[in-house]
Amino acid sequence: MDIVNLSVSRAKNNEATEAVAAKAGVNLKDCYQCGKCSAGCPVSHAMDIMPREVIRLLHLRCWEEVLEAKTPWLCASCVTCVTRCPRDVNLPSLMEEVRRASKAAGKRPVKGPSVFDTLFLKGVYQNGRSNELYMMMKYNLFSGHLMQDALSAPHLLFKGMIGFKIHKVKDLPDVRAIMDRCLGGELP
Amino acid sequence: MSRTGVFVCHCGTNIAATVDVDKVAEAAKDFPGVVFVEQNKYMCSEPGQQAVKQAIEEHGLDRIVIASCSPRMHELTFRKMLTDTSVNPYMLEIANIREQCSWVHKDKGEGTDKAIDLARMAAAKVDRNTPLYTSEIPLTKRALVIGAGIAGIQAALDIADAGYPVTLVEKEPSIGGRMIMLDKTFPTMDCSACICSPKMNEAGAHPNIELRTVSEVEEVTGYIGNFTVTIRQKAKYIDYDKCTGCGLCEVKCPSKVTSEFDRGLTQRRAVYKPFPQAVPSKPVIDATNCRKFTEDRCGVCQKICTVDAIDFEEQDKLVKQEFGAVVVATGYDLIDWGKLYGEYGGGAYPDVIDALTFERLVNASGPTEGHIVRPSDGKEPKSCVMIKCVGSRDPHKGKAYCSRACCMYGAKHAHQFLEKIEGSECYVFYMDVRTPGKGYDEFYMKTLEDGATYIRGRVAKIYPENGHYVCVGEDTLSGKIVKVNADLVVLDTAMVPQESAGEIGRLFGVSRDQDGWLNEAHPKLRPVETNTAGVYLAGTAQGPKDIPDSVAQASAAASKVIGLFNHKALESNPMISFVNEVNCRGCGDCVGVCPYGAITLETVERRENSVKVMRDIANINSGLCQGCGACTSACYSSALDLKGFTNEQILQEVDALCL
Repeated sequence: MDIVNLSVSRAKNNEATEAVAAKAGVNLKDCYQCGKCSAGCPVSHAMDIMPREVIRLLHLRCWEEVLEAKTPWLCASCVTCVTRCPRDVNLPSLMEEVRRASKAAGKRPVKGPSVFDTLFLKGVYQNGRSNELYMMMKYNLFSGHLMQDALSAPHLLFKGMIGFKIHKVKDLPDVRAIMDRCLGGELP
Repeated sequence: MSRTGVFVCHCGTNIAATVDVDKVAEAAKDFPGVVFVEQNKYMCSEPGQQAVKQAIEEHGLDRIVIASCSPRMHELTFRKMLTDTSVNPYMLEIANIREQCSWVHKDKGEGTDKAIDLARMAAAKVDRNTPLYTSEIPLTKRALVIGAGIAGIQAALDIADAGYPVTLVEKEPSIGGRMIMLDKTFPTMDCSACICSPKMNEAGAHPNIELRTVSEVEEVTGYIGNFTVTIRQKAKYIDYDKCTGCGLCEVKCPSKVTSEFDRGLTQRRAVYKPFPQAVPSKPVIDATNCRKFTEDRCGVCQKICTVDAIDFEEQDKLVKQEFGAVVVATGYDLIDWGKLYGEYGGGAYPDVIDALTFERLVNASGPTEGHIVRPSDGKEPKSCVMIKCVGSRDPHKGKAYCSRACCMYGAKHAHQFLEKIEGSECYVFYMDVRTPGKGYDEFYMKTLEDGATYIRGRVAKIYPENGHYVCVGEDTLSGKIVKVNADLVVLDTAMVPQESAGEIGRLFGVSRDQDGWLNEAHPKLRPVETNTAGVYLAGTAQGPKDIPDSVAQASAAASKVIGLFNHKALESNPMISFVNEVNCRGCGDCVGVCPYGAITLETVERRENSVKVMRDIANINSGLCQGCGACTSACYSSALDLKGFTNEQILQEVDALCL
């Protein structure tokens, strides 16, 4: 394992780490590493590092490792961790910011969620809401899982759960304004 | 014929669950001399005691056996109960059927059999008890406090404020101890000198406190209420009655010596006051470094002293004083980490310092006026590593215990470092963060907020590289090996007892634990008393603790002393040795074995076969004898015996069990 020189990693990554935490509205110093978040996380079994470790790596300014970790991409934003956190650390918000930073740095540790994330945001930006059928089709196309869930489509069509018509919201510019504000102008 | 009453206690289910108390009571009826037997759920309770008193009256009992818990627990309770009755308080025996029976047995049958045996032995012994009476011994209402750190000062002030005279003995030239060396105190960050020096001045000026600095306790005789202590008042070579404390001698003295008070960061003169706020505010001459003593030259201080206060001829004085009680507050030292931790440079790296040295560096009245610099080159450090548990919690190299104060002063140091040096980094390597105190954890959280990075793990090695020290450790929270390039490394080293504590313990008969801390009489219920009556502990002499705890313990010890002094006189213990002079052959073996120095040989005139002869006979000082019984077993001719535990009584017990 590589030895981390904390003095060097701090000099290099202090700003980036603090910026991500600030954007997420999280004070990294709040976390005292009790591990309650990891222990209660419903998707932790699929993660490569525990949610607690994401914060620990940020404490140690191990920035590259955080950007390459799968964990932020697997976070379902269910907020179980925040609800239980004794120090009120908003971990899903931090995960979201890490995902954006990771994407901006050209990393894609996990393909599926990353593709979904981009397509979903694009879709909402275009129409003000997500159109499930097209979303599913595009996802299958870009993720390479061409036939994933395809057999469910007729049933869903028959029941009227999905349709070919593209729905748009009435006040599209308003929705876009909200998205612009939230994403800071960085469209997917 | 004796009329013994036996009372069997259930102690709730403590006894009754493992011992068939009905069976014990039934068996007790057949013991010789027993005329009355009763059971009670709690003998020690008010109704239980009333039942005993009633039985004494109704059945004319003249001696009592109580089968209950250990005599250490309730013997005194029952003795007190008997003082209002016709039965002498010493006509009582306790059969311990709890600690020595129900608590250590599982089988009810065996437990019951043993309880019956214990009760039978007690009944046999009480049959041979004789009434004993206490007497009064006088009490000297003057206290001795050894060590004038914050604990000693606090204890002395409390006793003095209660109106009793105190002698405060300190081996250093000034009182104040460790606390006056510190910069600020956690968690409130009030300046240590600002809260310590008023107390020092108060102690120095208090009409009831006699201050003896540069003094050590040399010899102790006597017992509670009547200690005779010889104090060695070492020569200061300065007449304190004449000295005005102008400080001229200090300025002119040409000999420079490393300052102990500044932990080697600066130099002092051979005639010196350890620090400006010293109490008494007068200098002493350090004879080992003064040219007048080493080379018989100089003497400049004597020439310039305007009041002629310097006296090179002064000798050590031995002062004998009487005291009624003693508070031992000898304090702590830091472990000699250099010898133990080669991996941290073993003391060879100038910028790897201990926390007390850091206190001097960061202290506004210290050698750098509070500006933190590297001792090696005087430059301001930009990054600092603090290592906790150096010598603590390390049974292999240092001590197994936790030094208790380090987590908090470590957090304080990190806070001060980050506050004083802009743009600095501070890493704290820790094992656990222990902050059990009012406002303590909040303080630690604030230090994290200040930007200190806490790394869980011990530093494995430190080595110099490119002008800084590389500290290597594992962050066990992430499993990564980490390195830090530090300009300054502060080691939070373990507290150890002052070397002098060993001698003080020996002089007063106070035992020490495996690490050398003086032992309290009971870790929970008698935390300031020692096993020597009249000797109390305060502060870190008893074990590592922080300032609030030291002060609290000092006040507790003082209240014990005040409580003792509020008695007109002391009640003596009647269960002591006595001499059957006819049998004593004057061999003196008992004199050697007595740990309290209570036995002396006296020459008396005897008439044997109508001839006058002079014979040596053992004589027991009833004030000193603690009733340990060592002399009775050492005596070849069975001339010595112990009241309340006579040979006859013990043999009765043995007979009751074995015959």
